Amino acid sequence: MKLTVWTYEGPPHVGAMRVATGMTGLHYVLHAPQGDTYADLLFTMIERRDHRPPVTFTTFQARDLGADTAHLFKDACQRAYDRFQPEAIIVGASCTAELIQDDPGGMAETMGLPVPTIPLELPSYQRKENFGADETFFQIVRTLARPAERTAQITANLIGPTGLGFRHRDDIAEVTALLSDMGISVNAVAPMTSSPSDIARLGAAHFNVLMYPETAETAARWMERELGLPYSKVVPIGVGATRDFVAEVADLAGVAPYLDDSRLRLPWYSKSVDSTYLTGKRVFLFGDGTHVKAAARIARDEMGFEVVGLGCYNREMARDIRAVAKGFGVAPLITDDYLEVERTIEELSPEMILGTQMERHIGKRLGIPCAVISAPVHVQDFPARYSPQMGIEGANVIFDTWVHPLVMGLEEHLLTMFREDFEFHDAAGPSHHGGKAAPRVEDVDGGPAPQTPREYLEPEEAADLVPASTVSVIWLPAAEKELKKIPFFVRGKARRNTETFAAERGVSEISVDTLYEAKAHYAR
Amino acid sequence: MTELPRLAETGGCRNTPILKQRGQHQVFCGLTGIIWLHRKMQDAFFLVVGSRTCAHLLQSAAGVMIFAEPRFGTAILEETDLAGLADAQEELDRVVAELLSRRPDIRQLFLVGSCPSEVIKIDLQRAAERLSETHAPHVRILNFSGSGIETTFTQGEDACLASMVPVLPQTEARELLLVGALPDVVEEQAVSLLEQMGIGPIRVLPAPRADSDLAVGKNTVFVLTQPFLGDTHAALERRGARHLPAPFPFGEEGTTAWLRVIAEEFGVDAETFDRVTAAPRARARKAVSQASEALRGKSVFFFPDSQLEIPLARFLTRECGMEAIEVGAPFIHKGVVGPDLDLLAEGPTLAEGQDVDLQLDRCRAARPDLTVCGLGLANPLEAEGLATKWAIELVFTPVHFYEQAGDLAGLFSRPVRRADLLKVEAAE
Ligand code: SF4
Ligand code: SF4
Repeated sequence: MKLTVWTYEGPPHVGAMRVATGMTGLHYVLHAPQGDTYADLLFTMIERRDHRPPVTFTTFQARDLGADTAHLFKDACQRAYDRFQPEAIIVGASCTAELIQDDPGGMAETMGLPVPTIPLELPSYQRKENFGADETFFQIVRTLARPAERTAQITANLIGPTGLGFRHRDDIAEVTALLSDMGISVNAVAPMTSSPSDIARLGAAHFNVLMYPETAETAARWMERELGLPYSKVVPIGVGATRDFVAEVADLAGVAPYLDDSRLRLPWYSKSVDSTYLTGKRVFLFGDGTHVKAAARIARDEMGFEVVGLGCYNREMARDIRAVAKGFGVAPLITDDYLEVERTIEELSPEMILGTQMERHIGKRLGIPCAVISAPVHVQDFPARYSPQMGIEGANVIFDTWVHPLVMGLEEHLLTMFREDFEFHDAAGPSHHGGKAAPRVEDVDGGPAPQTPREYLEPEEAADLVPASTVSVIWLPAAEKELKKIPFFVRGKARRNTETFAAERGVSEISVDTLYEAKAHYAR
Repeated sequence: MTELPRLAETGGCRNTPILKQRGQHQVFCGLTGIIWLHRKMQDAFFLVVGSRTCAHLLQSAAGVMIFAEPRFGTAILEETDLAGLADAQEELDRVVAELLSRRPDIRQLFLVGSCPSEVIKIDLQRAAERLSETHAPHVRILNFSGSGIETTFTQGEDACLASMVPVLPQTEARELLLVGALPDVVEEQAVSLLEQMGIGPIRVLPAPRADSDLAVGKNTVFVLTQPFLGDTHAALERRGARHLPAPFPFGEEGTTAWLRVIAEEFGVDAETFDRVTAAPRARARKAVSQASEALRGKSVFFFPDSQLEIPLARFLTRECGMEAIEVGAPFIHKGVVGPDLDLLAEGPTLAEGQDVDLQLDRCRAARPDLTVCGLGLANPLEAEGLATKWAIELVFTPVHFYEQAGDLAGLFSRPVRRADLLKVEAAE
């Protein structure tokens, strides 16, 4: 048993639902109790879909358990076929049905339905949502895709987009445009937008663009092996990655690389003087492996941030993320434990978080700005406007998204200058965000005791990257007061630097002098 | 001003035949109740013993509304638990100890059963008894089922409250017990109205904290504030308490009828009753008549969800001038909603249980002006041009008693008004 408060990923059958809901002409018969139908609302409410997901739940109850849940399953399957007339059916079990061992796959097979029925084995007690999506798409491809004659024109499949995906809708448009600029058209986008018959002719493309390794890597490898379709490895999120992607695709397709960057604004926006204030901002990254990997490169090379930590929640990507972390000289955090992520952020006290909706809440609690770069998704991650992450426009969108939560350049200086002003104080928050400015709470002498002693508990992996330190340091009241005069968006850094500085020197009490010595030491 | 509620002119619905279908249900399981219960009981923690699905349901149903340190969590079963490699009872001891050491403020812990824990037969009752011994007197540990194979949506609250009844202390006092988890503001209004009539002492189940003076006995009379509390009702009767059947306190009429049942039991004279209720009644009538303008003459169709459907249909048809086409409820417990059925005019189809596809067919054919349904169905129906009201809001929003009667009507009229307001289609 593992105590869990919030989860980054749903169970694997939710991954299967994402595949089914993205597709057309496919139906999913899911052996599951009634409460599991909650998953419909992910699609109809969060993604604002105007149709119910193509899923029939058997909704068995306790009284059925002794009797005949198998019959219930067959009934549901037959009725789903009669009503929806799908081209293919996928069948599977949720966590509860897995325990009663009815074997939906076997039962569906004996029914002799006139369309392919594809059984899914999704171990609910070991794996999670991304695995469910990847495995489901793989099984569908493996069952339906056949070797086919290549299209006369050069074409590619875009694989990986699903229902409820983080910006998948807009990434498809962006990647389609990148390819089209090189004279490559799209054979199929799958699973999103494809029907089973579209899946059948995936083999007609010249290569695959693997947009999201999380949901389509297994299918990509299978198609490479069985259908002779090579696939792209670079995910075009960010300026550098987009350029690399163009080169890789040109190579796969045997055409000249071409990128129309006339509407690309990120490089100039990042160079323009207003962005100087972004220099060396300490950021922490967390999300799914693919988005974190891309974001790390953007953060360092395209925004000029300092990456102080990164990690992902999907273990399938652990190896990639460890490699990236090594390159950045930081400790990788591979976990799906929300509390552990929160603890790490608290310890690192970054100036900004690039994370998921969960980290947005951690940020709110800790007073650290956060921009969202990855699933799990929330209704806000389906904006009405065109808002891709990939390609040229994706880079522009990312620049805006990441800068938005921050206090802007000049405002930062003004806040420093007027930090004693009762209205313009730092806790008032960025001026371009809504909400009423909170009045400053005056410090009264004998007010709350300084938060001491503070213990350093670094994660084990960090041991060789960060100087080990188990010394408790105490902030003297005057130093604590001085620290409060430092604007809030650098206060975390100042606190941490000073404590590290003190600990390294075996100083156990921090005075105002220690604070300024540390400041001088870290000046850059 | 003491007129009794008119009975439905055509005779009520108590004996109307009920349409029962068995097919796919589109409802939450009882775990969902934890979302509001954990806010109500401020020293309680709800530990679901279940799967990743259960954790994901709680998170999705809660949205991100309550990210602030929730007082619920899931002990997710893993391979080792299923393969019998880990002893479930020992595992529970470990998880509970971990939890209680992290949250020393917790005084009541509910172990909540789920489908997986019930299918593999983890004995939570035994666990609760054993753990109670370990952690007494600081923490009281109880168990109930919120599983989807045993409970539907609001039945989770019922199961939770029912689990508390057997451990309530015994009392000989003649007391009034209000049963149901209501938002504090609403609860205070009810208590205040009753106290003004001289009724007391008044207790409420669930109490906000474990160490309350809540007790029960054969001189307790109780009245339900929510229609889904059938098991709690039975548990209280087993303790000798007596139920006062009443229409539920939705709208001016429902609130008055509910109060009157209690007033009569406690011998409150008509004059006192009128003096206490006259002003809020007048306010409620006015508010409802304003808020329900957009609803008059419109039709409504209920999908089964919270068991509030019958009392709400009574309110919408009698106080807001709507016509009910179908009133679906997951369960129809006549001992509880009988008085509401008496007041609901014959006409609508009454349906218990669900085959969602067939019910959607009926709804599309009827094209009601307003459909009350769950979150999974709302947007798809809107896309077909049907105005909808999500049922879950009815259990999250203060809607009971006089001062909220106008808000309750407003919850239904807003989607109807909105449909009229928006001019976003291309010109034909
Ligand atoms: S229906 Fe059962 S398995 Fe599904 S969320 Fe509810 S308790 Fe968990
Ligand atoms: S105002 Fe900006 S930074 Fe703050 S929560 Fe909204 S989007 Fe995020």
